[in-house]
Amino acid sequence: MTHTVPILLLVACGEVVEPSLAPIPARLSHTGLFVEGTTDARPELIAFSPQYPLWTDGAEKRRWVELPAPIDASDPDDWRFPPGTRFWKDFSREGRRVETRYLEALPDGTWRYATYVWDEDGRDATLAGERGARVGDHVVPSVNDCVACHEGRRSPVLGFGALQLSGDRDPLAPHGSAHADDVDLAALVDRGLVRGLPEALRAPRIDAESPVERAALGYLHGNCGGCHDDRGPLRSLGFVLWRSLVDDRGRETLRAASVFTDAAHPATQRVVAGDPALSMVAIRMGSRTPHLQMPPIGTEVVDEAALALVVEWIRNERNVP
Amino acid sequence: MTKRKSIVAALLLSLACDAEVPVETSVESQIERGRYLVTVGGCHDCHTPWEPTDHGAAPDMSRALSGHPALLDMPDPPATNGPWIVALAGTNTAYAGPWGVSFTANLTPDEETGLGTWDTETFVATIRNGRHLGRGRPLLPPMPAANYAQMTDEDLAAVFAYLRSLPPVRNRVPAPRPPVVASL
Repeated sequence: MTHTVPILLLVACGEVVEPSLAPIPARLSHTGLFVEGTTDARPELIAFSPQYPLWTDGAEKRRWVELPAPIDASDPDDWRFPPGTRFWKDFSREGRRVETRYLEALPDGTWRYATYVWDEDGRDATLAGERGARVGDHVVPSVNDCVACHEGRRSPVLGFGALQLSGDRDPLAPHGSAHADDVDLAALVDRGLVRGLPEALRAPRIDAESPVERAALGYLHGNCGGCHDDRGPLRSLGFVLWRSLVDDRGRETLRAASVFTDAAHPATQRVVAGDPALSMVAIRMGSRTPHLQMPPIGTEVVDEAALALVVEWIRNERNVP
Repeated sequence: MTKRKSIVAALLLSLACDAEVPVETSVESQIERGRYLVTVGGCHDCHTPWEPTDHGAAPDMSRALSGHPALLDMPDPPATNGPWIVALAGTNTAYAGPWGVSFTANLTPDEETGLGTWDTETFVATIRNGRHLGRGRPLLPPMPAANYAQMTDEDLAAVFAYLRSLPPVRNRVPAPRPPVVASL
């Protein structure tokens, strides 16, 4: 009776008790990134570099992914990742590792986030608290900040998709250099790790009227499109900076009236052809005043190279609203 | 198993299965729950402009939860001294401090100037993450978002349902102002 009742309770209530997940490791060396006993990434992990990387105030980055099964890329704009997929993203400043972020796909389809702050001796990193941290000029995000950026679309994976991994890399993309061991989209397809992607999208690029426009739209895609798209929680803003590979939807929203207004600035349009000073996109990119800056998270220093690119694009823009 | 033990077991089973907390299921009861939470949570304290009355200052419920009046142009805040670091407007809708100047938001469902285009998910994310639209600029003082972030999903949904039930008030609240850096 004493052993039978609990089982009867579970069965009668129709509940199945799932085994609890292992907790996030407290040390980065226990997450599976390194060759044991070293701080080198395991050679079987896939290294990659998005061609339009997110600006993090000049931090150098390395990225890896572990794929236990192929990705479903039948929706080219929204890949489905298998449970057990794991990403790591390493941040260094002046040659010293400061932070490594971790993203893991769970069996129930959700994801969990963690980030690790590197020890002074550079031999391992320790799980950061939920409220994040600051390491010199480098800001380690809080859990809420991770959620805010990564849960703006159906998939929380940013920077790993068809456009970002295209072998047709944009030579004008700000900070878009790749590493020698990086794997691109074609290689992933050939290895059977990305399935369902139309052959025509094997090496996609943004359709643009000039190289500068291509790079500017790409930068906005990589730095803003995770939130500003037509599918996620901010779709009601009607401001699409995510560049679809299926159609050209949303591009016209760049020239619409800005939902955000500020008495300190006369701009009322997102982009005014020929006039960066009246274009809210450029104004907000060029600000680090907390209520005005864009992006609102993860950066305290203006990306001057990208701003110059976007200003040049707007200045040369021919389309008139 | 004896008959007595079977009855006991059956009772235990029924009690164990009936373990769910009752949830407000009707729209009306959800809105009423939200009204209660908005009242005791003190939302009117800041989001409804206060006005002088014969009985002292009181919230002007004809502009309930519409935020800082757009037509009330606030001058630069006064300089503060020593431990005095905050100034607030007589309407309770504008606050000046080390963060700059913040104006309380229009929480009515006006589509252009309030929460009319928001959904429950966005509202909950805003409170939970302490960021506008759940992922934008931080919510500024004195908004006690860290307190309200402790509320359950059901209670936050009830608050939002109540806000959606209000008459929309067209009132475009000004953007926050950055802190003034003292010149040397």
